[in-house]
Amino acid sequence: MNGVPAIEVARVSFYYRNEAAVRDVNFSIEEGDFLGIIGPNGGGKSTLLRLILGVLKPHAGTIRLLGDHPEKTRRSAGYVPQETSTNKEFPILVRDAVRMGLAARRGLGNRLTSDDKRAADSMIEEVGLGPLRNLTIGELSGGQRQKVLLARALVSQPRILFLDEPTASIDTTGTDEIYQHLERLNNAGTTVVLVTHNVSIVSKYIKSVACINKDLYFHADGVIDQEMITKTFGCPVDFVDHGVPHRVFHEHEKRHGDRRHA
Amino acid sequence: MHEFLQYDFMRNALFAGFLVSIACGVVGTLVVVNRLSFLAGGVAHAAYGGLGLSAFLGIPPMTGTIPFSLASSLLMGFASRRQKERSDTIIGVMWALGMAIGIILIDLKPGYFVDLMSYLFGSILAVSRASLVLMAVLDCIILLIVIGLYKEFLSMSYDEEFALVSGIPVAMLYYVMILLIALTVIMLIRVVGLILVIALCTIPASIAEMFTKDLRRMMAIAAALGMLFTTAGLLLSYWCNLTSGATIILIAGIFYIISLVVRSRRKNGKQFHRDSGKAAAVR
Repeated sequence: MNGVPAIEVARVSFYYRNEAAVRDVNFSIEEGDFLGIIGPNGGGKSTLLRLILGVLKPHAGTIRLLGDHPEKTRRSAGYVPQETSTNKEFPILVRDAVRMGLAARRGLGNRLTSDDKRAADSMIEEVGLGPLRNLTIGELSGGQRQKVLLARALVSQPRILFLDEPTASIDTTGTDEIYQHLERLNNAGTTVVLVTHNVSIVSKYIKSVACINKDLYFHADGVIDQEMITKTFGCPVDFVDHGVPHRVFHEHEKRHGDRRHA
Repeated sequence: MHEFLQYDFMRNALFAGFLVSIACGVVGTLVVVNRLSFLAGGVAHAAYGGLGLSAFLGIPPMTGTIPFSLASSLLMGFASRRQKERSDTIIGVMWALGMAIGIILIDLKPGYFVDLMSYLFGSILAVSRASLVLMAVLDCIILLIVIGLYKEFLSMSYDEEFALVSGIPVAMLYYVMILLIALTVIMLIRVVGLILVIALCTIPASIAEMFTKDLRRMMAIAAALGMLFTTAGLLLSYWCNLTSGATIILIAGIFYIISLVVRSRRKNGKQFHRDSGKAAAVR
């Protein structure tokens, strides 16, 4: 929106011990984009997300988030971690978990204002958890807990939202709800970066796509093509059969066709 | 009841029990939810190195032990943060090393005799007025820090990665928490001894966690339980002529087991209600 790319990743590599998790990755997206990062389990999706957020430091290459080092700019980002990675036995109420999204805003040692608490409450309403706000997170279903994490990220009104497998523990209806919510946010100008292994759903909503299995293939136009799938997943037939919408392929092929005719 | 309140040492002991219970409730809760009880145990045992150092240098025990324990806790915290997968080994090594250093330093000081038992199992009946003042000061420091940084501690304990991304200085908070644990452990050594520190640090908080799901309430309930255990333990040890530290832990342990049983019954009860509700709905 102000000409600075939302994310700029240049020649980034990251290793766990001696094994590459992410290898010489390059891509950039503008603000307002809806990026889907897809790839097989263990392919480096979550690692890439942590690198962009500055939680992990790359062993090679540079990363810019909203034009600067992630450590400086990530406060403008919202982060929705995998629901399964959080401790669901932790003694915390839904409303307190959502308020956490504003904890850093008031600075060390300062209490949240009543405005903050109202903002948290209305965000809880927005994701549809209003009646559950005084329950503990352990009393919720996986899907409801996922919505708590979403509300916690959204309450700070981030410019860019990162989600790691946000629908892994949710049924189909809940999945659609979450994606529609993300689509509305994106239409309102929020950049969305979504990590998932579920290719079929994501292709309906995304504007650009990155496939990662250590190496990364990026398509700014959001087209998931056969080559990309083959390279990253290594098993083209399975994934095409299980629902990469044909729409995507048709459009892709048509465009190739058009060019050929021209 | 009244007869033993006549004794100064008994009054001091009861008061010491109250003071450590506050620290135990607040810091013990952080220990339990952050799963740091092994680190707390490591700090407690390594503290023996500090006692040995004090003996060797001929300075008052706490003058050597407090800085020694703060340093060893930071080292353990640093090592376990850097090497998460190996943290138990690293803490285990430092745990033993601290004790060994303490014993050897005392060996090297000819003619010096320390009552090892009083450090291993505590000497709550020998708490002086000066120690009480020190405990009260430590309580105040702990309370001020935890109340002041409550929302940050909560955020870090629940989801460190999110806290980091949202702009909370988690590394700094982590080390502050480690230092608070060390201070609490030092106080506890006086009361229950270094062998039993982990118990009083974790049992009240673990019981509290079974009955509340709010971190603040968990801290308050844990503190109250700590007061109950230390008082009951003192009374029982007085009447039956038992070692007070061990008696306190025995009572805490029995309570813990009873709570486990009560909770599992309650859970089963809830499960039953839910199932019969479902059955009714099906019908």
